[in-house]
This record gives sequence, structure tokens and C-alpha cells, in this order.
Amino acid sequence: MNARGANGRDADGRGTNARGTDGRGTNGGPAGARAASDPLGAPTARRDGRAKVTGAARYAAEHTPPGCLWARSVGAGIARGRITAVHREDALSVPGVTAVLAHDNAPRLLPGADPTLWVLQDNRVPHRGWPVALVVAESPEAAREGAAALHIDYAEEPHDVLLTARHPELYTPETANGGHPGVRERGDFGAAHAASAVRVDGTYKVTGLHNHPMEPHASTAYWEDGMLVAHDSNQGSTDVRNDLAALFGLAEDQVAVINEYVGGGFGSKGTTRPVVVLAAMAARHTGRPVKLALPRRHLPAVTGHRAPTLQRVRLGADAQGRIAALEHEAITQTSTVKEFVEQAAVPARVMYTSPHSVTIHRVVALDVPTPSWMRAPGEAPGMYALESAMDELAVAVGADPIELRLRNDTEREPDTGRPFSSRHLAECLREGARRFGWRADDREPAVRREGNLLIGTGVAAATYPVYFMPSHATATAAPDGTFTVAVNAADIGTGARTVLAQIAASALRTSPDRVRLDLGDSRLPAAPVAGGSSGTASWGSAVHKACTELTERLEEHDGLLPPEGMSVGADTVQEATAPSPYARHAFGATFAEVTVDTVTGEVRVRRLLGVYAAGRILNPVTARSQFIGAMTMGLGMALSEGSTMDPRFGDYAERDLASYHVPVNADLPSIEAHWIDEADEHLNPMGSKGIGEIGIVGTAAAIGNAVHHATGLRLRELPLTPDRLLRDLALAGLLPVAVPA
Amino acid sequence: MKPFAYVRAHSPAEAVQEYAARPGARFLAGGTNLIDLMKLGVESAQTLIDVSRLPLDRVESGPGGALRIGAAVRNSDLAAHPAVRERYPVLSQALLAGASGQLRNVATTAGNLMQRTRCLYFQDPGKPCNKRLPGSGCPAIEGVHRDLAVLGHSEACVATHPSDMAVALAALGATVHLLGPDGERALPVADFHRLPGERPERDTELRPGELITAVELPPPMGPSLYRKARDRASYAFALASVAAVLDVRDGVVHDVGLAFGGLAHRPWRAGAAETVLLGAPATPAAFAQAADAELVHARPLRDNAFKVQLARNLAVDVLSALAARAAGAAA
Amino acid sequence: MAGKGARAGSTRQRAHPEAPPRAEHRSAVTLRVNGEERTLTLDHRTTVLDTLREHLGLFGTKKGCDHGQCGSCTVLIDGRRANSCLLLAVAQDGARITTVEGLAAPGPGGETLHPVQQAFLDHDALQCGYCTPGQICSAVGMLGELAAGHPSLVTAPGSRPGLTAEEIRERMSGNLCRCGAYAHIVAAVQDAGRAPGDAAGRPDGDPRHLQDGATP
Ligand SMILES: Cc1cc2nc3c(=O)[nH]c(=O)nc-3n(C[C@H](O)[C@H](O)[C@H](O)COP(=O)(O)OP(=O)(O)OC[C@H]3O[C@@H](n4cnc5c(N)ncnc54)[C@H](O)[C@@H]3O)c2cc1C
Ligand code: SF4
Ligand code: FES
Ligand code: FES
Repeated sequence: MNARGANGRDADGRGTNARGTDGRGTNGGPAGARAASDPLGAPTARRDGRAKVTGAARYAAEHTPPGCLWARSVGAGIARGRITAVHREDALSVPGVTAVLAHDNAPRLLPGADPTLWVLQDNRVPHRGWPVALVVAESPEAAREGAAALHIDYAEEPHDVLLTARHPELYTPETANGGHPGVRERGDFGAAHAASAVRVDGTYKVTGLHNHPMEPHASTAYWEDGMLVAHDSNQGSTDVRNDLAALFGLAEDQVAVINEYVGGGFGSKGTTRPVVVLAAMAARHTGRPVKLALPRRHLPAVTGHRAPTLQRVRLGADAQGRIAALEHEAITQTSTVKEFVEQAAVPARVMYTSPHSVTIHRVVALDVPTPSWMRAPGEAPGMYALESAMDELAVAVGADPIELRLRNDTEREPDTGRPFSSRHLAECLREGARRFGWRADDREPAVRREGNLLIGTGVAAATYPVYFMPSHATATAAPDGTFTVAVNAADIGTGARTVLAQIAASALRTSPDRVRLDLGDSRLPAAPVAGGSSGTASWGSAVHKACTELTERLEEHDGLLPPEGMSVGADTVQEATAPSPYARHAFGATFAEVTVDTVTGEVRVRRLLGVYAAGRILNPVTARSQFIGAMTMGLGMALSEGSTMDPRFGDYAERDLASYHVPVNADLPSIEAHWIDEADEHLNPMGSKGIGEIGIVGTAAAIGNAVHHATGLRLRELPLTPDRLLRDLALAGLLPVAVPA
Repeated sequence: MKPFAYVRAHSPAEAVQEYAARPGARFLAGGTNLIDLMKLGVESAQTLIDVSRLPLDRVESGPGGALRIGAAVRNSDLAAHPAVRERYPVLSQALLAGASGQLRNVATTAGNLMQRTRCLYFQDPGKPCNKRLPGSGCPAIEGVHRDLAVLGHSEACVATHPSDMAVALAALGATVHLLGPDGERALPVADFHRLPGERPERDTELRPGELITAVELPPPMGPSLYRKARDRASYAFALASVAAVLDVRDGVVHDVGLAFGGLAHRPWRAGAAETVLLGAPATPAAFAQAADAELVHARPLRDNAFKVQLARNLAVDVLSALAARAAGAAA
Repeated sequence: MAGKGARAGSTRQRAHPEAPPRAEHRSAVTLRVNGEERTLTLDHRTTVLDTLREHLGLFGTKKGCDHGQCGSCTVLIDGRRANSCLLLAVAQDGARITTVEGLAAPGPGGETLHPVQQAFLDHDALQCGYCTPGQICSAVGMLGELAAGHPSLVTAPGSRPGLTAEEIRERMSGNLCRCGAYAHIVAAVQDAGRAPGDAAGRPDGDPRHLQDGATP
């Protein structure tokens, strides 16, 4: 364990009210001594803040090229079957409607890309809401009216949309999302479990969850001299460009995808979505620019979601709670279009000592929308199950839940036996306990009452892997002493623009305000997606490399620079693909205090506090926002977000923001994020780990564990809505004293 | 949404005349429900008659301490009105428990009463729904219905009325004033909304072309309180709610108005509970007994039985709080 | 005002070439947007939100749901905050509309951010920025409501509401932020509300330079 980390020095002592102007102690990355004025690690205001608070920032649907048309997509009205006829007459007779695209007249696409992009190509309906037509019109109003007037006949086939633990077609996938093996086994789980003094066996249920970024997916596309240009809301426009080139049979330099500003994505914009394909098809078909903004209600069917999971965790431990046997089985669903397996059993391969272990995924392909990435795929639901089970184990052995986790801490990744490049889980737990005011002597459930409220506190651990993908970047020095750095990164709200400029300035030994940073355009040096919390590491390494080389070249250069300046390009294919002897993960601990209203069954969070060890924090301002933002999403997952697969119709019932309850401001009285100053030389030149997703991991379990502490009830099913609480409170005799039965 | 004509009415009489003269006419107030539903293809109109700027935007004290609320008064203005805050806190609270600050700035008294159910099938023209398309069936009965009715529903429809304000009005014994082609009439708010029966397409007793002009509150009978349970801390419809007005004298219930929200196709005035309470001791036990007298008629669906418990708890809690307040005041 | 008008999107304004709806389905509508009078012939179905975005090129006001469920489209109508996605433009004929583009005060040395905008920057009260204009307009309107003594659900009966975090949280709950910037938004609004020179240009939410009688 690293001495600095062990001291648990946090990066800055501030919680919710932190202004963007302070933040101490973030100096000192892997390289050790850095200049006090190093822009890297300094609290730096968001570069695009002014554009965003004045409304000047332009998002994908906020371009209206001359002659632009508006499109509205139409989703399939059945859960499975075939289109037998498209009756266009009524739609085309709506004044202003110029075209109706469907499988019988849409431009042909080339096969090969993601099958969810294979839209309007054949008459198959794989799930309700699958795009089956696009109405294009001279105004948004006409497009809406035209879409309503379009009649489509279907031959319906029986559908199968319900996930059950006993579904006959469940199978074990080769790999789950992220390329993780579907199954891993070590030792002899059965024997070790049978021989254990203490056993815990829990089945945890997480419903379907939707990303719902505030900006719905949108594209404005046009063709110009054989070139396809699209303003598209996505998390990585190099990948989108490549997909479009493949689908439309174009060279990569015949496609330009621009994503200068992106209104959030949380994974749902991490892969190319049908929106941009439809807009491009319509623009080709009509010969005019076309703007398509997906109606909010279409998002759940078309832009991916977190598939529901049914997870069973079995733990076998000794009397002190040291785990000998661990089994995590994650059952989930995918669509018939494409296999996507939420890797929920993967964190159990990382977290705790577990000599005998089985981690397995099982999946069934149903007639449902295709699931995809949603913030911390795998870890978010998986750690809900595992960390709830750990809490159950703590109760079973009578240990404090923090102490129990410390007893199961490990220096090597159990699954691979590799040492961790750094692991400061224990420090996060201790530091969090101190800041939160954790009381190990107050763990008896259901004894803290304030009137009709039951009060409880809970804790859970968090983890998220370090990913690192190849990227390109260029750095150019101008004769006037300014620099331009170009990398096709995406700033989806993470602060990438700001942090990359800091990285560049640090390597260039200049101040960030002398660095112009260009991102969000596929014509810039190719770069990977903003996903897997890997953006800063991937893009930043390329930026760092280009800037470092440029600095060296400048040092060697005599005299004035030529008018075009001096440019250096870099790519990190080698660095990113080199295998590491280390297991690399960020860790953290989340603490929650909840109230459970015994009158209404409402669970509300009073305080949420997270402490993270995620390498070097490059910008405390934007990092804090990332942490608390993800924790907020975790709060939603715990308490209010959830969507029901409608067995009759085959769609998610809660498709709008009035019925799918993302947290509102009033749900969060107090939220704090802190971090451990973690030095890790085995990551990247900046010494950073990803920070965008770990905040959601562990939060739901911490809240669920707090509910147990408050009530003694273990619900094992999210979200913790009043209907579920009331039922169990009544069974437990915990209704208010004022309400005689 | 099909194109429509638009007329701005300048007087209630003109609004009613315009409506009668134009087939497919609809009144437009704040539009926060009507425009929402027109975009979804659930509602339609050939002409919108804008009644939002009628001179019905005043809150006036009437004879004997009554209060007359214009149909076009904005929800936020009504909630902030000193007379309402002081004398009918239950109404102010119910309004403030609904929607959001910006929606309340636009939503009107009449529009709030007339808002339609939030049943998810009703809002989706791609699916059957007896309320939207009579005779097409009610998928909610077997489908997603956690938020739907436990009282007064029928084989044809299990929708709930979503308004918070209307629940307070029901407890307060308000009257709805109407102007139609045949002149004026008034209805108790508790009778204004219907039960679904076999005609779920009709939400209210309003006749075609009738305009709501005002809502009138009788003088307050006592202290009042609103409480709402919901999935998140704000900006969510009620799972269930309770509005109560309670007059306790010498520890005995002298008068009471009790209404439930989120349980039925209309704000549910709890007549049976009130009967039990009149003259009963103002104690939690009596309140629970009263709630049971009302809720014994509940017929929960597969996934909403929790509402019965929830309504019971809310009623006891709210009535107990009011009784405690009365006891405190008496002491 | 001329400079303001130019900024209000004339560079982006497009001749709307659509087949116009029949005469009874459209009207000439005059809106006073950020201090400038704009008269347009609009399909009655056109919302204030789509008028701003698609007709006036004022894309600062965002469309998150188009159904009143997110607050991204919040603007000030005659000084009061409202969801512009549910308002028909024709029904707002004659109204004064302030969008995020109109909040900053023009000045000789460039524009000065509205105190709420500045506070959002100071507190990093945003991430992706998509909810931000709606949050800011909502905050400006909300501070006006608070200053006028309007209660919220968390205001103690009979009392005058204060600028507490609890009040701000409840009153700002009509603006969803999926990036989860709430805590910073509350701090920003509180700061702006405390700022001298009141962020809420009384008597309503419009910033001072856009109020009736203000000299441009
Ligand atoms: C996201 C969201 C959340 C909400 N949350 C809540 C909530 O928690 N609680 C709650 O109670 N409400 C809630 N609402 C609903 C809101 O209160 C209603 O939409 C609003 O009250 C309707 O008023 P309006 O003036 O906008 O009506 P409009 O939409 O203009 O009209 C609604 C109906 O009333 C009719 N109408 C209007 N005026 C008259 C009149 N004078 N005479 C006869 N008919 C008339 C119209 O023809 C139409 O049929 C919410 C709404 C939204 C969008
Ligand atoms: S409950 Fe009523 S509104 Fe809902 S689907 Fe059934 S008939 Fe329609
Ligand atoms: S876009 Fe208007 S509230 Fe969401
Ligand atoms: S900043 Fe992204 S939604 Fe609020």
C-alpha cells in the first residue's frame, strides 16, 4: 500500500458548496514533484461554460442549413413480425410532407455494421418501436402530422419479452460486454461453500433502466459534392464516421461527423444510433438537408438501455466473515437483433478475496429493444448485488460492514492473480467513515425513529476498471506563442475540453489559455469514444505525447517559427495495446443516510457521500461534478428509476420523463464527493484513472443497505418505491404507531 | 396533430357562442395538458378557443366568507393568494404539491380540474384504451397499473384522476360554476368528475360546450391539510394523497371533510369515513376506523394493493396532525 | 436594441420555405423576444419553443422532452417562467419573452452576464449544458417569485419564504438535470439570489434591461 494513499489525504476538503476556485493538494502525480503552477491538477473552470450559460453552444439539432427539412421517425407498432404494407397516401397528402421513407424505398445500406443500424432495409420487426419509417416534411408540425397519418400493416407473430430465471432459452454467452469471459471459475465453489461456517444467499433484481440524457439523440445531415456531413449527438464521432462510411459505401474522408456539443449520453450515444443513419438516408433521398431529433418517448426503444438483471449471489465465509466461496450469477436479456450482455458478474472477479469462485452470465434473446451501455455497465447492477450481499454477510457474522470489507481486502486481483497497480479501497472506506461520521456501534436495524420516520445509514464499495484505447492527436505551435491541439475527443459534459487543454498546457509548459483545443469533429485526428471512463486517459495520452514531442522539437529549434507554425502528430496505438502486468481499477466507497417514512413508504436520502481513489485528479472542479453527477444517477437507480416491460405489447411502459422518474433537485439534500490523492505509475503519463462512472457504482447498494439499517428489511429489488416499502413495512409491523391495525 | 383554427375569446359568453358555432371546438386554457395530449395524438381539435385571457382571473371574497376563484386563475397565483394561504391551506398545499413552478405559472383552475388521466395506455394511441377509443378494451387491468384505481373502477376502465387541486376542492366542498348554451348551472365538485362505469370516455359531467367559469369555496369549516405520497420528492404525480378539513371541539369531531387522491377516477370524497367521524372522538383509533369504513370498498388490482394501506396511513396521519393542532390550540 | 436584435439570431434566421398552412390555420403573431419585436406568420400548431428554435434561430432554449416534463425549454413569459414547449405561439401573441440569450446585459465593453449565469459558472453548476439555459431562466423566474413572497410546498404555513437551500431545491425541481449538477445549481442560485443588485429583476423575473421602460 502506498504511503501517501494510506494517509488518506483527500484532494480538497470541500463538499457540495465547493466553488470552482479552490482545491488543494492535487499536486504530485506519478512523476512526483511537479511545478506548483502545473495546470494539471489545478482547479480550472470549464472552457465551454460561457457558451453554455449564454445559450451560444450549438447542439446537433441546432443547425438549420438552407433548405432544411424536418423528419419524424415512426416505430413499429407490434412486438414481432413483418411489415406487409406501407400506406403512404394519407401521410403524403399532409401539406408540407415531402417524403415517406420505409424499407420499400429507402436507400440501400451495405451490410457489416452494427445490426441495430440496419434500418428501413427489410420488412422484419424485431421489437416494438424498431424504426420502420421516416416522414420528412417542410416543418416540424407537418412531419408530426405526417407520422401520425402513416398506416402500416403488419403480420404479427407471437412474441416473447419476459425475462425469467427459468427461461428455457437462457444460454451462457462466450463473452459479456467489454469482452469479459461469460464464465470464470476458480477452486471448488461447491465444496468450499458447503464447508463454510456462514452462508449468504440472495437474489437481487434490477429493472430495465434508461439513460435519458437531457438532449435526445439528434442529427442534422446533408450531402454536399458527394460528401456526407452530419451534426450528430454522439460520444465519439470518429466511430460514427466510420460506421456511416461503411453503411453508405463511402471513403472515410467522404464523411464528416460533427459533435461539438453533446447534451449528455451516459453510454446511449457511445455507439452509432439509427438517428444519424435515418437522417443521412432522408437527406440522400430528398436531396436536401434533414434534421431528425428523436422524440423523448422513442429513446427507450432505439438508443439502448440497461437490461434488467436477476442476480444471485452466494457467499460462504468463516465466522469472521472472510470469504472462502463466492458465486455470482447474472441473468439478463438481449434482443434478437444483437447480443449485448450486461457484465454484472464481472466486479465479483475483482473485489474481494475469494479462493473458490464462480462468476457466470446467462442471457436470453427476447423480442425486446437492444440493450447497450448505460453508465457503468456491469459494475452498476453487479455491485448493487454484490455489495448488498456483503451487507447481508456483515449482518450474518455480526461485523461492522466496513470492517467486513477490510477483512476481505486483497492485494491481488482474485480472478487473474495480478497485483493491483493501486488499490485504496480501505482508505476510501476509512476516510469516508470519518467524514460521514460512521458509527460502528450503532448498527442495530430499525431502532432509530424520528416521529414516523425510520433512520438508517449504509455503506457500499465501488470499483471501476481502467480502460485505455488508442488515439491520435496533433499539437501545433504558432509563431505568436500560442498552440493548437487537435484530437477528435467528445466533451459530453465531462469537461474533456478543459482537461485536455490542461494536459496539453502541462506538457507544453505553458498556461491553458494559450492552448486552443479542437475536438468534436471527425476531420480531426481519430480518437476513441467517450466511454468506459477512458476518454481522458486515451485522448490525454495522445495529447500528452504530441505536446511532449512538440516541446522537445521547439527546444531544438532555432529562430522564429514559420508562419504555419510547427506541428507534431502522435498516436498511442502501442501504449494502449501493450499488456499490463497489473490489474488496474479505481475504487471507492459510498455512504448514505436515509429516512423511511412509515406512513407513506417513501425512502428519501438525507446525505450521500462518496470517497474515491481514482488516480490523479486532473481537475478538481470538473471531477467533482462527474462524481456527484454519477452518484445522483445511482440515487435514481436506487429509489425511483425503473421501467416495466409490458408483457402484452413488448415495450417499456415508462417511456417519458413524467413516468420514468430521474431524480429531481429536491431528492438531494446533501451530496459530497471526496477523493484520495492516489499516485499510480502504471497507468498513463497523467497518472489518472477514469472518473465518469464509478460514482454510480455502489450508490444503490449503499442506499439499499441504509434502508435495511433503518427498517431491518432487505428488499433485494430496485427501485425502492413506496409500493414495495409499504408492503414489507406492513408485514414487519413497522407502520406508524398512530395507525392501529 | 392536425391543423386547427384559433380564436381568442374575450368574454365567457363569446367563448360559449364560438364553441357552439364551430364543430370540433375545444377550449384552450394554459394548454399544459391539452397541448401535451394533442402532440401525442390523444386529443384533437378543429378550433381552439383560447379562454386563458378571459376576465375570469380573479379570486374574490363572496358573501358569508365564501371565496370565488375564477376559472382562468393560474395555479401559482391561487396557491399564493393570501386568502387561500390563510383560510384554505389545504388548497394552497395541494396546488404546490402538483407539477412544477413553471407549469403552475401557466396551468389554470379549470384546466387543472379538466386534466386527463396519466394512465400510460391512454397516452399511447398505438394501443387500445376504452377512454381514448371507446370499445377498444382496457389493457391496464391486466397490464401496468400500479398507479391506477382501487376504488370505483369498472371493467371498462381503472384510470385515476391525477389532479391534486381537485382533491383539496373535494374536501372543502367546493362548487363548480358552469356556463353553457343553456345558461348557467353549478355542480358540487365531488359530483363534477364521474366514475368510469361503461362510459370511461367521459371524465366529467360537463356537457359539450359548457365553460367552467369559477370554483366557489364555502367558508372554511376548520383547519386543513394536504399530504401526497409519490415516487420522488417533487415533480411527480400522487401515488395517493389525502386532503382533510377538521373541526374538533372538546376533543370531538364536530365537522370534517375528507378526500382521497390517486385512488379513483375522480377525487374521492370519503363520505363513509366522514359519517363515522362526525361526533366521534378525535383520536387515531377513530381516524383509522373511519378510513377503514371508506377503504373496505377498495378492490385493488394485481399490483396496487399498497394504495389501500397508503391511503389509510395518510388519512390517519393527516387527521391526527389536525387533531393535535386543535388540541394544541385548545390548550 | 438593434445590436441585440442582430444577436437574437438574424444570422441564423431562415426564410421558412414550407408550404404554408391554410389561412384559417395560421396567424400573424407578434412576440417581443429579448426586447425586440418579431412578427411572424405561424402555423397555429407551432409552440413558442419551436418558434424560438426553428423560426428565430434562438437555439439557446432547449427541447428535452417537448411535453412539459423536463424544464429544458423554460423561458420567461412576461417575466414569469414557463415551459415553452407547451405554449402555442399564437396564444402568446403580444407577450414579452426572455430567453437565455437575452439575460446578459449588453454594454459598451461586451455583455455582462446575468448574476445567475455568472453564478452557474462560478459553481460549475453544469456539465453537458443542455439543461442549463432552462435552469438559468427558471432560477431567474424563481428568484422573482421568491422575492414576491410566493410560497412553495416547503414554506411553513403563514410564513414568508427565504432563500434557503430547501426552498431552492423544491422550486428548482421542475428542471431535470441528468448530469446531476443539482447541488451546484442550488449553491449558484443561492449565491445569485444573495447578490446585491438583485438577480431577480423585480417586479417580475425579467432582467432589468428588458423590463418595460428600461432604456436600452
Ligand atoms: C409534467 C407534468 C407534471 C404534472 N404534475 C401534476 C401533479 O403532480 N399534480 C397535478 O395536479 N397536476 C399535475 N400536472 C397537470 C397540470 O396540473 C395540468 O396540466 C394543468 O392543471 C392543466 O391546466 P391548463 O390550464 O394548462 O389546462 P389546458 O391544458 O389548457 O386544458 C385542459 C383541459 O381543460 C379544458 N378546459 C380548460 N379551461 C376550461 C374551461 N374554462 N371550461 C371548460 N373546459 C376547460 C380544456 O379544453 C382541456 O380539455 C402536471 C402536468 C405536467 C405536464
Ligand atoms: S384504465 Fe382507462 S384510461 Fe387506462 S387503458 Fe384502461 S380504459 Fe384506458
Ligand atoms: S422540453 Fe419543455 S419541459 Fe421538456
Ligand atoms: S448539465 Fe447535463 S443535463 Fe444538466
